[in-house]
Amino acid sequence: MLISNKIRVRMADLKVGKESDVLITSGLGSCVGLTLYDSISKIGGMAHIMLPEFPSNRKQGKPEKYADTAIDILIEELRKAGANIRNLEAKMAGGAQMFNFSSSNDRIRIGARNIEAVESIMRKKRIPIIGAEVGENYGRTMELYNNSGEVVIKTVKQDDRIL
Amino acid sequence: MNHIDDKLAKLGPIQLDALREVASIGAGNAATSLSEMLNDKIQMKVPKVSILPIDLVPEIMGGADNLIAAILVRIMGDINGGVLFTLGNNSANKLISLLIGEEVNIEDNIGELEESALKEVANILTGSNLNAFSQMLDIKIMPDVPALAHDMAGAILEVAFIELGQIGDYALVIETEILGNLEVNGQFFVIPNPESLDFMLKRLGVDVD
Repeated sequence: MLISNKIRVRMADLKVGKESDVLITSGLGSCVGLTLYDSISKIGGMAHIMLPEFPSNRKQGKPEKYADTAIDILIEELRKAGANIRNLEAKMAGGAQMFNFSSSNDRIRIGARNIEAVESIMRKKRIPIIGAEVGENYGRTMELYNNSGEVVIKTVKQDDRIL
Repeated sequence: MNHIDDKLAKLGPIQLDALREVASIGAGNAATSLSEMLNDKIQMKVPKVSILPIDLVPEIMGGADNLIAAILVRIMGDINGGVLFTLGNNSANKLISLLIGEEVNIEDNIGELEESALKEVANILTGSNLNAFSQMLDIKIMPDVPALAHDMAGAILEVAFIELGQIGDYALVIETEILGNLEVNGQFFVIPNPESLDFMLKRLGVDVD
């Protein structure tokens, strides 16, 4: 019997875990939670991504915050931990629009842009997205169980969803 | 060097104190409004003004998972950004029931009446809060229509701070808290965008450039 070890992933952060680990990120709003999982080695990782891309006019900054740079780091960390990159499958959650402004100055829509960015990077890297719970207007908590590869999405007003 | 992190790195105790002072008067105004509305004695805690690593922002209200009600009012005019007014579940229930005279539970889906009561209060409180800013800084501030969410604190805080432009590695958190005998407690977060922060500091006579 494995005793699961919970690993918290904060906003603009990423973590990799082995079979006995559960990776958890709480309160995804417009951010996107992305999990990459190798079902053979049972090694998986999770990123809590804030924004679509690393700003080109800036040298410093936390790379874990942006989809493009965070995903590269996550894949590298998974490789180092012993995952086979060719086995990786992705699941994603979040990218919500939490507040609905009736006076629609909603050109920003960061949630939708985050979802697009992650999808496009997954396409380029040929990593299939096999589960997604994205968009809408509510917050989500995402848990990756590395022993099974299951991802559980928890919300305030709906039943848990398993991806 | 227009980035929010570069700006925040330059803020010292003098700037933070000046912001605390305005925030304090703003929250005082809001406390007075709420006190008149509920006929209750409302107190105000000393405002907290701090610069936090961005990953800690979703945790400010005691955990990203905590359920809260939040009303976001965007502001435009001489300063841009927003004010987020948050209430714990109990406070939100209490406040709504004092206003409409019926018990409610915000964990069930609340109706339009309850929702608009909550938005209206937030509107009034945010307005009196912002009055302090307009008067002290001698500027015009135009609040937008309020938007309401009842959800995880982390999801609400991340959206408020990201969408209003505080997307550096650090965030300036200006937080005030009001407390009443009727157990209606709420927090205000004043979130200026980076340009507006410069402008506010200049008007307060403590600009850093």
